[in-house]
Amino acid sequence: MTHWIIAPVVLPALVAALMVVALRHSLALQRAASIVSILALNAIAVALLASATQTGPEAYFLGNWPAPFGIVLVLDRLSAMMVLLLTGLALPVVLYAVGSGWDAKGAHFHPLLQFLLMGIAGAFLTGDAFNLFVFFEVLLIASYGLMIHGGTRDRTRAGIQYVAFNLVGSSLFLIALATIYAVTGTLNMADLAEKLPTLPDGDAALIRVAAVMLIMVFAIKGALVPLQFWLPGTYANAPGVVASMFAVMTKVGAYATLRFGTLIFPTTLPATGPLVAEMLLPAALLTLAIGAIGILGATTLPRLVAMAAIASMGTAFIAIAAFTPATTSAALYYILHSTLATAALFLVADLVTRRRTDGMLTAQSPIAQSGLIGALFMVAAIAIAGMPPLSGFIGKLLILDAWRDHAATVWTAILVSTFLTILGLSRAGSTLFWKSQATAGDAPKPKPEPLAFAAVFALLAGLAALTILAGPVTRWLDATAASLYDPAPYIAATKLYQDRADAP
Amino acid sequence: MELLVASAIGLLTAVGIYLMLRLRTFPVILGLTFLSYAVNVFIFAAGRLAVNQPPIIAKGATYADPLPQALVLTAIVISFGMTAVIVIMSLGGYLESGHDKVDMDGKP
Repeated sequence: MTHWIIAPVVLPALVAALMVVALRHSLALQRAASIVSILALNAIAVALLASATQTGPEAYFLGNWPAPFGIVLVLDRLSAMMVLLLTGLALPVVLYAVGSGWDAKGAHFHPLLQFLLMGIAGAFLTGDAFNLFVFFEVLLIASYGLMIHGGTRDRTRAGIQYVAFNLVGSSLFLIALATIYAVTGTLNMADLAEKLPTLPDGDAALIRVAAVMLIMVFAIKGALVPLQFWLPGTYANAPGVVASMFAVMTKVGAYATLRFGTLIFPTTLPATGPLVAEMLLPAALLTLAIGAIGILGATTLPRLVAMAAIASMGTAFIAIAAFTPATTSAALYYILHSTLATAALFLVADLVTRRRTDGMLTAQSPIAQSGLIGALFMVAAIAIAGMPPLSGFIGKLLILDAWRDHAATVWTAILVSTFLTILGLSRAGSTLFWKSQATAGDAPKPKPEPLAFAAVFALLAGLAALTILAGPVTRWLDATAASLYDPAPYIAATKLYQDRADAP
Repeated sequence: MELLVASAIGLLTAVGIYLMLRLRTFPVILGLTFLSYAVNVFIFAAGRLAVNQPPIIAKGATYADPLPQALVLTAIVISFGMTAVIVIMSLGGYLESGHDKVDMDGKP
């Protein structure tokens, strides 16, 4: 699989460049290229997943430079899973963008989407901390463009806040990386994992500072309280289809936290100890609470979904914060589920909002295809709230089970917030679909958008598959979580260079 | 020299954070720029401060760590691009709304 590891980064970059240079004038060709590229990425992601499952971690040495000096990409089970999640989400999103006509409302939707895929895939695959920063910036700059796509006044101004927030995050990231480099002299993640335990005690304070700053950066990405302020405004004002794609962007924060918390700052590291876990748990509990209360308080549909996204990140981070194989497995399952569920709910919200004058949660004259969209809303709401029979229930059950010995705090937070979420979502749904039926006004002509509906159905089908295949998926995730707590093969993979025949 | 560099970084950061907390986009962008200057100097200092040492390995000569210089170059390029993006976006926001306040208009 050697060279295929870099394909999820290179392919979207080339396709995006081709679109900007050669297909600039034809939206139809751009759509075709975008869909073909994402289909190819899906095939590559499946192959990478199979390879990572069979052969374990594998490193790709960029420019054939040996590991601690050059940049490596590392494919392991976790990164392969996240790449597949990304490409699996991108396909319905691009279909929805084409079907709903969002991509025609401004220039360069498809190239920006490809660059976003490139940045996120790179962030999942890289084995170098500074390279992670670079891929963060790639995905951010693409997301800035997507966020203000088809810009309106409010969207542009929400975009400014989003960019400013993330620029501060980037500065923090750089300070943390420079501190780590000053102490250890390396930024390769596997090399850091080896060097940090042998550091003299005098450097422990600096490493703790760097660890805290890094976790803060990932918390900004993952929208953890108190760094979640960028998310509601951004997601609520972004085009629905873009917000749906952004559902995987918060997971980049979760992925990075998981990677750094298990590989570089494990709880066994003398310098940091359980510092990361102790920081994350209260923040995650608060995030869940604020998300759930926000769902009750939201006055517009997109903001309600954004708050649901925050609540789901809180739940995911609660599971991550324990840093044990069982909880990590539950966290991974919940990350898979919540990405698809949040994305589906954003798309349904967009279907509703585009059929009304605004997204306010008030009774207005009924929308076209009210019954179908209402049913889709209900299924997506069941999924995100974590009610049976969909995968959210299994995900939350796994997390509750993994946190069995902290029932007082964690169980209370998750169960109460789930109740609030159900309350908020059912109130929103009944206002939007039932009370609107009662108002005067005829249902307008249905808008045929087969591709857009197919995209929502595809996401919901993904959730159903995740539910039906929960057994095999959790077994696979258990092995993935176990591999995170045994980093020796990951570290060994980045050292293989010395054994290769063509090594200088 | 350590005192000079450290206080320069501290001052740049302080100015950056103060300006960032202003209400209008222009000071905010200036603040972000100051912050990125502070970060750049900080990365540079991460490779240890040295005078008259080229970042080239030569026989018998001492040399400065070349990696932070490469890192700082990347950081400069990226922050330059990001500043350009936020300048254009705030110009767009100013032209569309007629003022340059950072806050939203109080609508939900």
